[in-house]
Amino acid sequence: MKILTGNDLGTGDVIWWAGDGWSRQVGDSIDVGDKGDELARAEEAALRVVGAYVIDATVTEEGVRPAHIKDRIRALGPTVRPDLTLKPNDADAGNWVI
Amino acid sequence: MYRYDSYDQSIVDARVEEFRDQVQRRLAGHLTEDQFKPLRLMNGLYLQLHAYMLRVAIPYGTLSAKQMRKLGEIAAKYDKGYGHFTTRQNLQYNWIKLADAPDILAELATVEMHAIQTSGNCIRNISSDQYAGVSADEVTDPRPWAELLRQWSTFHPEFTYLPRKFKICVIANEEDRAAMRLHDIGLKLVLRDGRIGAEVYAGGGMGRTPMVAPQINDFVPEDEIVSYLEACLRVYNRYGRRDNKYKARIKILVHELGVEEYKRQVEEEYAHMRELGLNPPTEELDRIRPFFANPAYEQGLSDEIDRTDPAFALWVDRQVAAHKQPGYAIVNISLKPRGGIPGDASAEQIELAADLAETYSFDELRVTHAQNLVLPHVRKSDLYAIWQKLDVAGLAEANLDLITDIIACPGLDYCSLANARSIPLAQKLSERFASAERQKELGELKVKISGCINACGHHHAGHIGVLGVDRKGVENFQLSLGGSGAEDASVGQITGPGFSEDGVVDAIEKVTDLYLSQREEGERFLDTYRRLGMKPFKEAIYG
Amino acid sequence: MVEFLTFREGEAGQEPAVTVESFTGQSNSTAVRIEAGEDARELLPYLDRLSLVEVNFPAYGDGRGYSAARILREAGYQGELRAVGDVLVDQLNAMRRCGFDSFRPEKALDDAAVERALNRYADVYQKTVDGRRPLWAKRHPETVNG
Repeated sequence: MKILTGNDLGTGDVIWWAGDGWSRQVGDSIDVGDKGDELARAEEAALRVVGAYVIDATVTEEGVRPAHIKDRIRALGPTVRPDLTLKPNDADAGNWVI
Repeated sequence: MYRYDSYDQSIVDARVEEFRDQVQRRLAGHLTEDQFKPLRLMNGLYLQLHAYMLRVAIPYGTLSAKQMRKLGEIAAKYDKGYGHFTTRQNLQYNWIKLADAPDILAELATVEMHAIQTSGNCIRNISSDQYAGVSADEVTDPRPWAELLRQWSTFHPEFTYLPRKFKICVIANEEDRAAMRLHDIGLKLVLRDGRIGAEVYAGGGMGRTPMVAPQINDFVPEDEIVSYLEACLRVYNRYGRRDNKYKARIKILVHELGVEEYKRQVEEEYAHMRELGLNPPTEELDRIRPFFANPAYEQGLSDEIDRTDPAFALWVDRQVAAHKQPGYAIVNISLKPRGGIPGDASAEQIELAADLAETYSFDELRVTHAQNLVLPHVRKSDLYAIWQKLDVAGLAEANLDLITDIIACPGLDYCSLANARSIPLAQKLSERFASAERQKELGELKVKISGCINACGHHHAGHIGVLGVDRKGVENFQLSLGGSGAEDASVGQITGPGFSEDGVVDAIEKVTDLYLSQREEGERFLDTYRRLGMKPFKEAIYG
Repeated sequence: MVEFLTFREGEAGQEPAVTVESFTGQSNSTAVRIEAGEDARELLPYLDRLSLVEVNFPAYGDGRGYSAARILREAGYQGELRAVGDVLVDQLNAMRRCGFDSFRPEKALDDAAVERALNRYADVYQKTVDGRRPLWAKRHPETVNG
């Protein structure tokens, strides 16, 4: 599937297009099909996102999984600071990234 | 160290308001991201993987206890309680909100700090030797010139939109602790017939095409350095490539024109520019110089150090360097704890370093391009007390220039440009080679890790260098040997096919084992490598 | 909104600016336009015939025009020196300091933003062609260059 991601303009938080708005959880991502670029431009113009781009992802048992490690790191947080990720109490969260 | 006069302060304050205005226009939609991006970069604000990143300038790596304290406060108040010291002697915050950036800059301005030109295609932070002003063998303290050039380069109207970033380094020693030859322009201050002037090197750099800067002038008198640099920059601004971001640095121009031709064009421009009254009068350097005068050293202090405590003795042997003033020493504070993140410091550790500087080092600290800190003027009689406090805070690792004193860029854990993570590798290496005896046996061994070809981790200049690459979506690591950022500057050579993260740790161990088995009396790893060449190492690694 | 900004007295140059190649090839025109990669020094033999030099900024990140302008002023050009193309309010100060005295940006500028930008900095660090005293001169008025 194709999903859309970027950063929140004001906070810089990593965000994922969830259909009715942006979510901080990659698991809320929806398939944007071939509408991703158009959506990105509209949302950028509306100041709701900065640097939006479309990526490949698959749906796994654990939910939506971005194809590239970089976006998995974006989805979770820095692998070297588990305490600063979105899942600070999940010891296995880092494995999902790799 | 330099103190702003009211003019300097007004300029920084005005810059804060200008940026506040630009952020407001961006958030209101009057500026697109394309328009805003170069403007925010010129205030050191990047959009990185997880958030905005702010890079604060620490001019020529020197700062006061008060400034350090403010950096710690900002880390606690606006970020997530830590900062990262970089290979250009600056500090980075990783979790900044755009809306907070103007307030952060305003707070920095209250202690004479800023983030001006720490990014963008302009002249960046002027770097220098972390032992400036306190080493016995310098020609003069290079920092007055670094400060003069900082001012000259700030908002320089002709050079604000260069083909690419521009990094200048100033040293005044034969020994190069600042990687001067790997800068776009490097200046080495020398004394000739009683006059001070600069040997000028141009076209060094790392990245995709690493190059050691060739010398383009063997003596520019000190009071003509500004006009000479204007000539160098003008030739670059006019003729540097703008068609390809990866070929836009001055090193490419110097390489493509050839040193002689670049030099000829510079000299031609210089002949014109030196007549334009661009050089500040010597009175301006004389105004700046006293800020860098010796602090009030006590006389007649003892050089005795009580080495009874073995852990303390180990630390002294490694981390304490000779000072020009009897009874004093230079303290190196390692930001490379075992298994830790190179260059990172918590707000508490930053606060402690500030306290130590205030109490023991005449209020002054330095940041090194190897991502460590320095207390430049410490009484030997205070060393024990300092060590004890550092030890409690996890800052007493005794590994300066040893294999675990690793330089690593933030890598894919933080940086949107990266292809691979550099920090986990640094942590693994740090653990593998943790033994103090083993490190001592290996001796001086500079390991440098970059997470991508931009080489912010200086891997080309590593005795052992590692470059992270993306191989079909999987992290892979290339190993190189024989680089150096010192006065014997050289670019490392790739050993061969790349490795997994664990694989490259093993490969490095094979390399160090071979070194130990083959070295001759007095040889560092780098010397043995240079004597033997790549072949035996390659065989040892790949079998 | 500001579509044309000038700091000169009198009328702005209206004559269409010809290319450098055209200009150096024939004698009638008094207005020329320099593109980003062109060498401003080609115009040095003809400065007294020029009343308007336009310098184009195809993208505001292309800073070659700043050198072109400063070179012309250093050579004694006193006519109108106009920045055209991708010029934002954020570049006005640097451009003025390099000798530009009129501006025709592709996109009109906001009047209030222009006003703020022009009055932002009371002092400058470097000597250039704009006649302003750099701080080192203000700090040392007694010296030759002060």
